[in-house]
Amino acid sequence: MFGFLLRRFGTMVLTALCLTFVVFYLTNLPPNLEKIAKTEAGSRISDAEVQSWLEKNGYAQPILVRYGEWLGVIPGWTRTEDGVTTGRCIARGQDPAEAATRCGVIQGYWGFSNVFKEPVSEIIGKRLGLTGWLMLFVMLLMVPSALIIGVVAGMREGSRLDRSLSTFSIASTATPEYVSGVVFITLFATPMLGMNWFKGTATSAADDITFWNFFLPVLTIALYGMGYIARMTRASMTEVMTAQYIRTARLKGVSFRNIVLKHALRNALIAPFTVIMLQFAWLLNGVVIVETLFNYKGFGWTLVQAAGNNDIELLLGCSVVAVFVVLVTQLISDIGYVYLNPRIRIG
Amino acid sequence: MDALSWGSIIVAVLGRFWPVWIALAVTYALSITFKRRLGLYGKLFDSPIGMIGFAIVMFWVFTALFADVIATHDPLSQISGMKNKLPGTPVTSGDVYPYYLFGGDNLARDVFSRMVEGSRIVVTIAPVATLFAFMVGITLGLPAGYYGGRLDTVLSFLANLILAFPVILLFYLLVTPEMVETGLPRYMAAVLFLFPIVFLAILWNSRFYVQPTLRNIYLAVTLVVGGWVYLGLAWNADPLGIIAMPANILIVFVSVVFVNSPTVFRIVRGLALEIQTRDYVAAAQTRGEGPWYIMLWEILPNARGPLIVDFCLRIGYTTILLGTLGFFGLGLEPESPDWGSTINQGRRLLSIAPHPALVPALSLMSLVLGLNLLADGLREESLKD
Repeated sequence: MFGFLLRRFGTMVLTALCLTFVVFYLTNLPPNLEKIAKTEAGSRISDAEVQSWLEKNGYAQPILVRYGEWLGVIPGWTRTEDGVTTGRCIARGQDPAEAATRCGVIQGYWGFSNVFKEPVSEIIGKRLGLTGWLMLFVMLLMVPSALIIGVVAGMREGSRLDRSLSTFSIASTATPEYVSGVVFITLFATPMLGMNWFKGTATSAADDITFWNFFLPVLTIALYGMGYIARMTRASMTEVMTAQYIRTARLKGVSFRNIVLKHALRNALIAPFTVIMLQFAWLLNGVVIVETLFNYKGFGWTLVQAAGNNDIELLLGCSVVAVFVVLVTQLISDIGYVYLNPRIRIG
Repeated sequence: MDALSWGSIIVAVLGRFWPVWIALAVTYALSITFKRRLGLYGKLFDSPIGMIGFAIVMFWVFTALFADVIATHDPLSQISGMKNKLPGTPVTSGDVYPYYLFGGDNLARDVFSRMVEGSRIVVTIAPVATLFAFMVGITLGLPAGYYGGRLDTVLSFLANLILAFPVILLFYLLVTPEMVETGLPRYMAAVLFLFPIVFLAILWNSRFYVQPTLRNIYLAVTLVVGGWVYLGLAWNADPLGIIAMPANILIVFVSVVFVNSPTVFRIVRGLALEIQTRDYVAAAQTRGEGPWYIMLWEILPNARGPLIVDFCLRIGYTTILLGTLGFFGLGLEPESPDWGSTINQGRRLLSIAPHPALVPALSLMSLVLGLNLLADGLREESLKD
């Protein structure tokens, strides 16, 4: 088990390094840097001025060196001009001698956002908190209802109840967030049908979450993921219900209720567990769409703002978090699978 | 003129779709008559779910085909006084169709015609992009599963790398004007679009290398036609000037193929690993068949069931992805009638006029639903064998 964990962890770190480098490379392509220079130093500057601005601000070095600086394994750049030393790790007005030589993600320095004019770590911390609430309520709504739908549909395969629940889950997987969100807002948040019970935006939920401003975004995300989990649960439930030991229990005269609750349920929930954990990565997409649609200023919204305004450091910070979430949930799902299923042993 | 009531709107819309109804009726009549001779496709007509799904999918395919006949107005032309008008509002000016059946959008364009024309973009890009993703996934997945070892480790790592990338972030990084400027999407296209040609070339060569004349004919046709399409699509350098792909469609296409192929790779690899242990593979190896012959002519045909089902599901997923791109205003130009972009424009005015966003949203949902039902029907029928 320990060797497996170690190997898994090694792959994870390697993946994270590769992915952040790709993001770093893509955000630092010459046209992007030129755009930054123009937003910082004025949009009408000439190409030569762009070049000198980039050199002055440490953007002109080889990409691998800059990636190392960003990571914090290579000393940050310094530059002495007219007796004034500036550098990556030297804050404005700070004595260059006191500044740290390395400052990067490893040292906890995530950079400064050009758009929000705040340190990246602060922005991400604040926004992640808001998205955390969203995710929490989504999980609270999505997981139990998906499991119930899946188990109820799967316990009597082919029945009318199974047919209608399966159709519902197919329909919910076929409805992406931007469709259901638009439909929900139209139905429940506009006065068209006189059912404007909810609010069409969730901006106010950042300060004060109420049922009326938060239910629609939560429902929108939960609905799209629900169908998939429910189908997986149904598949695993139908498989378990045809197993030998269920037949034995039936022949012994155990009541149907007890068969489902005591015998089938535990084994049927192994497969959905993996699916639910892997769903986190998928939820990230939904979060970005829904936060944009409902104008809820969380992590997804920040990601869109950073990408739309070419805010390199913020975008890098966001991608580190996103990649981290994906990889950690994959790891948890692997480990959980081994624990839940005694037939699998990884040496 | 008075505005149409809801009943007459429905009648008028159903009437506009007349070529689709005829085409659907002909398809179903022919298919059900000959269903015993049509293999898996024929069996589809034994399952009610599959039939419903197929009908919805074909509805949109025929709509895309006959879009010019069905559409009542030009999808881009604006008629003054029709801004955000409700469905069924009469058009007073000009010599055009006298109603906006599904109302007007915020630029006074006809929502109905835009929906119909938009189906064309979705119905062409999604299946073709999925097909390309399958070519890439199959060409890399088969050897990874068959040979295993270091090749498998490297390819799987790369696939997992792309899968760990949040899709939206990838789109935001790839589909920007700055990225088009660097030419990166074109290079990606150059690599990804090679796969279908390579796939077909290996396919013919591995089967017909014992009959050199036949093989040479097949190879020549593949290389000439493939190379011609390749030059046109990937490099926009078609010597005859017929095939070309606008830069912004190309980038959307490339990113969708890029995101989909690792999943296909994983599925194909898993199937190859499983099928490789079968007796007929061992028999082929004993006969002395080459590895590519075994992969493409022994393993691949026996993996077709799950692959066809996944193909249907994946077209639906690609449709959703295309909509997501449009929803964030990435890639396609803003006035494009495709459903994602239209939803994006309509969503800002939901409280005033919900219909411009609602119509494409429901269209997209119905198409994806149809594809899912179709996949479900196919799965059920293919499991019965």
